[in-house]
Amino acid sequence: MKRANLFAATIAAFMSMTGAAMAQDAGRSVDQIVNETFAGATGWFVALIFSPFPGTSFPWIVAWLVVAATVFTLYFGFIQFRAFTHSISLVKGDYADPNDAGEVSHFQALATALSGTVGLGNIAGVAVAVGIGGPGATFWMILAGLMGMASKFTECTLGVKYRNEYPDGTVSGGPMYYITKGFKERGIPGGRILAVMFAIFCILGALGGGNMFQANQAHQQIAGVVGDYPGWITGLVFAAVVFAVIVGGLKSIARVTEKVVPFMGVMYVLTALVIITMNYDKIGWAFGQIFEGAFTGLGVAGGMVGALIQGFKRAAFSNEAGVGSAAIAHSAVRTKEPITEGFVSLLEPFIDTVVICTMTALVIIITGQLLIDPVTGNYVVENGVIATVGGTSGVGLTSAAFGSALSWFPYILVLAVILFAFSTMISWSYYGLKAWTYLFGEGKTKELVFKVMFCVFVVIGAAANLGPVIDFSDAAIFAMAVVNVIGLYFLMPIVKRELNSYLGRLKSGEISKFA
Amino acid sequence: MTLKYVVGYDGSPASRRAAEFALEQARKCDAAVVVAHVLEWSPYSFLTPEEIEERHKRRNEELARAETAVIEPFKQDIAGRGVTVEAIIRYGHIADTICDIASEVGASQIFIGRDGSSAISARVFGSVAGSIVQTTPVPCTIVP
Repeated sequence: MKRANLFAATIAAFMSMTGAAMAQDAGRSVDQIVNETFAGATGWFVALIFSPFPGTSFPWIVAWLVVAATVFTLYFGFIQFRAFTHSISLVKGDYADPNDAGEVSHFQALATALSGTVGLGNIAGVAVAVGIGGPGATFWMILAGLMGMASKFTECTLGVKYRNEYPDGTVSGGPMYYITKGFKERGIPGGRILAVMFAIFCILGALGGGNMFQANQAHQQIAGVVGDYPGWITGLVFAAVVFAVIVGGLKSIARVTEKVVPFMGVMYVLTALVIITMNYDKIGWAFGQIFEGAFTGLGVAGGMVGALIQGFKRAAFSNEAGVGSAAIAHSAVRTKEPITEGFVSLLEPFIDTVVICTMTALVIIITGQLLIDPVTGNYVVENGVIATVGGTSGVGLTSAAFGSALSWFPYILVLAVILFAFSTMISWSYYGLKAWTYLFGEGKTKELVFKVMFCVFVVIGAAANLGPVIDFSDAAIFAMAVVNVIGLYFLMPIVKRELNSYLGRLKSGEISKFA
Repeated sequence: MTLKYVVGYDGSPASRRAAEFALEQARKCDAAVVVAHVLEWSPYSFLTPEEIEERHKRRNEELARAETAVIEPFKQDIAGRGVTVEAIIRYGHIADTICDIASEVGASQIFIGRDGSSAISARVFGSVAGSIVQTTPVPCTIVP
């Protein structure tokens, strides 16, 4: 009964919102109406999530994630370094029982989760971070990525341990399930409320950061290459393809994307390595800039703290460690030991942030895109942003950096951006759907409502430059982290118990490789 | 110890020919036949989140279908031949898995059909018979 009410209320709210927007004076553009409606209603929420500590420009939410990652790193005794090689053996399948062939392997779970996180953040976001925070931001980004590995480990272990398994063999998991079940198991009240909050934020995050932001950035990138044209065209094409996959069940498209995305990721890293090798004489200098910039700022706005904020923020945005989304993706794997999925998932921030994001940053630095004042040796800062060779920023800066070495690469980059955006949308449509069915229950019609709504938001996202909407969706993704991390703090002793038991059996030889 | 012949079988006409040939040889030599049905599967392929969620369910369905649509009809067909037949259904790389099965059961020979694809398509897509010939642990008969 409660679920039905909640469902009806949400639909009603959604209808009235769109209805109100349509009833507005037709003289104003749709963009303006949506912007104003959203900004008015959600501005306080965005301000709350991104508000800085008093007297500083350091957003508390960034500190929240970094503190969490540090706590998990210490609590589990630097598990990300201790278990790194074991994680790789697990992904290689050394510990996989041959009788389980045909079930989801660790590799597959990792690849799918990665295609959800590797996206525009790795290409555009890093450029923004380095453009504002200077090369030093890279240092803090890597550090935050390494710490974030412990957060992922914690949440993904819980995701598998407390998932729901249904009689037909399908599974559902994620923070909403482990918070509810784990809290009940430990006798802590409030689990259900936290889980519902998480699910609501997850739906908003899926529609925003996992959808509108992606569509929007993909359109801007395409328009940058082929010339300007209306965004709704891109939106409709994207929406049609997304619709075909998530509603029409056209798995072939998704399968092609899932195959091409890892290939693109590998190619991106290899190309970056080629460019870095071409400039091998500057590698030492680039790392010098990264270390020096990390502690002095080299003239960037905010100095060392400015570099630190940008780096931390980028890592958090990019690898989603502590957000809880990965726990949904990883929870479906077949394993007798939930902890093994935790081990595998800790590779995710490593690949996403420590490898891919760092490559982007190195290429930007090494190709000399950031202008340096020859007199002081510091970076030239205009309006808080480092001046670049062509006045570029965001994706444009990355594109220019790669293009300066390999002139054809910007075209490849467009393809990469489109595919990354698409795969991120598919992943988030799934996360959003899981949260939706948690709130409203499973059912074909209920699921269809969400899926259609998701496609509509693709068009909206691509059509308009929705600053406030995107702020809001970013805020929603971070709000997921607030709820999720609270849950993780309460449940981490359970993970520790699993960890000690597993490591004990690994040492005694009870768990061994299949030859 | 009775001889064992492993035959790769997927219900196709080519595999059927191989199976018939293997049965004939087995009858003459008083050997047992192990019918190996391998479902193509790589743990390194890429799946969407929804495919991952449904994988366990699908696997059970696929195994059930292999049993009822491929193995059972075959067993019924050859019921009166007087040859002992054992069936193994497994997931994996087809050629590698057939060779693995041959080693596990201690087979003395592998029988495999070929569908007569051209040299070019075999070069591009690879052929099961070709791969088995490369890696087989025991003598292998290819039935055209």
